[in-house]
Amino acid sequence: MKELELYIHIPFCAQKCHYCDFVSFADKTDAFEEYVNALCREMEYYKERFAEQRIKTVYIGGGTPSLLPADLILRITDSLYKNFNLTETKEKRKGLFLQKKIRPTTEFSMECNPGTVDKSKLDAYWKAGINRISFGLQSTIEDELRTLGRIHTYEDFIRCFEDAREVGFDNINVDLMQALPGQDMISWQMTLGQVGTWHPEHISAYSLIIEEGTDFHQWMKKGKTISGEERNGIFLPNGEVKLLPSEEEERDIYYFTKEMLEKSGYKQYEISNYAVPGFECQHNIGYWKRENYLGLGLNASSMADNVRWKNTADLAAYIQDPTQAAEEEKKLSVKEQMEEFMFLGLRLRDGISQTDFVNCFHQDITLVYGEVLDDLYDQGMITYEEDNIKLTDKGIDVSNRVLAEFLIDPE
Amino acid sequence: MKQENIRNFCIIAHIDHGKSTLADRIIEKTGTLTSREMQAQVLDNMDLERERGITIKAQAVRVIYQSQNGQEYVFNLIDTPGHVDFNYEVSRSLAACDGAVLVVDAAQGIEAQTLANVYMAIDHDLEVIPVINKIDLPSAEPERVIEEIEDVIGLEAHDAPQISAKNDINIDQVLEAIVERIPAPQGDPNAPLKALIFDSIYDSYKGVIVFVRIKEGTIRVGTQVRMMATGAEVGVVEVGYFGAGKFIPCDELSAGMVGYFTASIKNVRDTMVGDTVTSATNPCDEPLPGYKKVQSMVFCGMYPADGAHYEDLRDALEKLKLNDASLNYEPETSVALGFGFRCGFLGLLHLEIIEERLEREYNLDLVTTAPSVVYKVKKTDGTMIDLTNPTNLPDPSEIEYMEEPMVEAEIMVTSEYIGPIMELCQERRGVYKEIEYIEATRAILRYDLPLNEIIYDFFDALKSRSRGYAALDYELKGYERSKLVKLDILINHEEVDALSFIVHADSAYERGRKMCEKLKEEIPRHLFEIPIQAAIGSKIIARETVKALRKDVLAKCYGGDITRKRKLLEKQKEGKKRMRQIGNVEIPQKAFMSVLKLDDR
Repeated sequence: MKELELYIHIPFCAQKCHYCDFVSFADKTDAFEEYVNALCREMEYYKERFAEQRIKTVYIGGGTPSLLPADLILRITDSLYKNFNLTETKEKRKGLFLQKKIRPTTEFSMECNPGTVDKSKLDAYWKAGINRISFGLQSTIEDELRTLGRIHTYEDFIRCFEDAREVGFDNINVDLMQALPGQDMISWQMTLGQVGTWHPEHISAYSLIIEEGTDFHQWMKKGKTISGEERNGIFLPNGEVKLLPSEEEERDIYYFTKEMLEKSGYKQYEISNYAVPGFECQHNIGYWKRENYLGLGLNASSMADNVRWKNTADLAAYIQDPTQAAEEEKKLSVKEQMEEFMFLGLRLRDGISQTDFVNCFHQDITLVYGEVLDDLYDQGMITYEEDNIKLTDKGIDVSNRVLAEFLIDPE
Repeated sequence: MKQENIRNFCIIAHIDHGKSTLADRIIEKTGTLTSREMQAQVLDNMDLERERGITIKAQAVRVIYQSQNGQEYVFNLIDTPGHVDFNYEVSRSLAACDGAVLVVDAAQGIEAQTLANVYMAIDHDLEVIPVINKIDLPSAEPERVIEEIEDVIGLEAHDAPQISAKNDINIDQVLEAIVERIPAPQGDPNAPLKALIFDSIYDSYKGVIVFVRIKEGTIRVGTQVRMMATGAEVGVVEVGYFGAGKFIPCDELSAGMVGYFTASIKNVRDTMVGDTVTSATNPCDEPLPGYKKVQSMVFCGMYPADGAHYEDLRDALEKLKLNDASLNYEPETSVALGFGFRCGFLGLLHLEIIEERLEREYNLDLVTTAPSVVYKVKKTDGTMIDLTNPTNLPDPSEIEYMEEPMVEAEIMVTSEYIGPIMELCQERRGVYKEIEYIEATRAILRYDLPLNEIIYDFFDALKSRSRGYAALDYELKGYERSKLVKLDILINHEEVDALSFIVHADSAYERGRKMCEKLKEEIPRHLFEIPIQAAIGSKIIARETVKALRKDVLAKCYGGDITRKRKLLEKQKEGKKRMRQIGNVEIPQKAFMSVLKLDDR
């Protein structure tokens, strides 16, 4: 049976964080219900097309999905069960699997903001079949949270985390951010140490990227010169200046994270993701391995059988007609498929399998990338391990440069 | 049309003083056809309307004016290029005229560039009619400007038309002044043909279209003509005059007229500006005076950003050359940049125009090396060579001495900026000649300056240090001996030939230091440390270092939005493509031009 991943986008937030450039809206409480109605219509629309496919993972992301009242989330999950092939997950919640501690085959994640959930909401999620919670904590340091524009405190997180465990969640992720304005090694060690005490099964540690169109981008200026190097700073509206860590500090933080988490039993399986073995996020791995996925909701992206498409980013338009596309769907050429195979697959620490490449494209990888691979190997960017090709630590440090090499020049 | 009803003139004005607006008004207020031609042709009114609105794009336009005296006049308005680089072209255009309308901004007054052109017009015995433009501006001071014209140029200006070309005020006064004051052309239509070429363009259907002013005789279809300087002989296929925006054929052009002819000429080099056209069968005894072979003053290397486009660049240069006799090029090879061309230009503006046309019209991505003037190198074996590419400088042991081209420069400046501008001229090794106060607040500074000091960023520096008020005019004076050295740039210990330049020994250290600083900003960080050094011979005189890159990683996954990730990587790859690989260092193309922008005031 063919398999499919589902992504559901909830584009609402209590307030927009200063670094965020995702499609999401604050102050659109009025639109919640209409939006969920549209989502349900979109699911019905796709029902027939994907009827024969087993849903492998579901991921409700945002925005802040947990901002929605629990009953709206339940309407979404009900519609999911009605329109897609998800029976195993549903069965689990009847208690059969739970008692035997057997993990369900469908991973069902939802992002939660610690400032927006309580025990009853979490309980409702659990009963609805959601089996993995991803908490957007980012930092445990109050000052850093405030700088980011987060609406919660570290205490909020503790309460939520304990509630989640109590209602039954045995697969929890915590999102953290590195390279924050004002962050240094000491404050990062504090964050990582505090999070470690709660033993989440999964930790994502992303580096802050200051994207155009965000508050931070607007507030970023040349800060001051420290040991001969000019550092950028975020000039907050209240007059405070938070310097951004230097590249060196950021790399030190990155390597410290890896070392400390590996000592604590986590394994780095992707550039920014760590998990207790067996708890890797199947949904995200699906993206890197180019599995088929259907994105539902505003501006969500999809790929099925090497065709990519994307929903409209216009909220009113989406509510009007949730099947409206943002742009024409794109059939990927074999060249583009190969490129994606490489630049997505190499994000995983295990890298890509040469055998998989042959199976996919019916030709040897060296025929396509022989020269690139040789160059990168000579530069110490990649390494070979049995059938696999993977990035070295050095290759990860400058992975944008490395991955760009796998784009094939047009003939 | 009788000779006495023809007026051949040009408009002289400083940039922004309203030349093209006035030209537009003149076209608007006149007709494009004589009454006889109107009757002879059935005209599409729409066409006529469209023609009338067109700005002069061609170098010349013929319009018909009904004067208040009841007579019909043919006006030939000849455009003149407005930059010091094109002085020679300007002088030939002026030679095709009998008069000039001098437009002066009622608020700004006379500028150096205007002055140079006015003097040139007077030298050509043109009747100059001053016109005060923009009189409706609140800051207009027509009386002051009139006085200035009388004092500075010595032209009677008290009855000068005071107009606003933009708002259509008193334009008829200008038209009447043209009729009354500019003399009708002279010349015998039956004498042997003698015509001045003042421009030519290449048309893919007609071949070269030659723009001429007939001084003596008559040219008609079938006339076998000879260009007296180039010696080219051809049979005339078509003659005509310049409609607004199009060529209108006619039977013949006779003494006093301005128009064009075609003759299946394939190369503008056969029809050099300033040359005299005569009849091959009944030639005139001597050519018109003033012909000069144009010489390239500034040279630079032009390379395709992508080596695969070398052929495209060659084809494009070939096409541009068809239209531009002053453009020269020959193939050259650079270790850093591969195959390209060493191109010669009249000046920096000319260079920039060609560069822009290559990029815009021919869609080429170019790397241009630092411009250089032509040096003369006296070798110890007694020979003298012209050096257009610094890389070709002989070994110092073979050089007896070097000479560099000098110019006589005139800088018009308001008195408050005299100090800063003199300082600038000193920095650029200028030799002070004199200062002439043209009125209480303005002066003309005269300096002898080395050409190589003004081709880089002198204009920019001049403007920034005078808040835009200074204007420059210059003329080549000749060659002088000078203490010159070749400055080499080493990137990661490798010499980059395309970055070498010749500089005066006294400013070598300063230039080398600035160059290294600039390159440090331009060269992106690599995975390793990159030293940038400036050297004279084997002696390092300046050094900067580009630190190694530690991090370039995208942590975020953007959900399933793979397209976004792809775009980011494509941008990365594209950025790399626009770089030049020197050894194992990638250098962005614009770094090769950075030597141009070293004035950091």
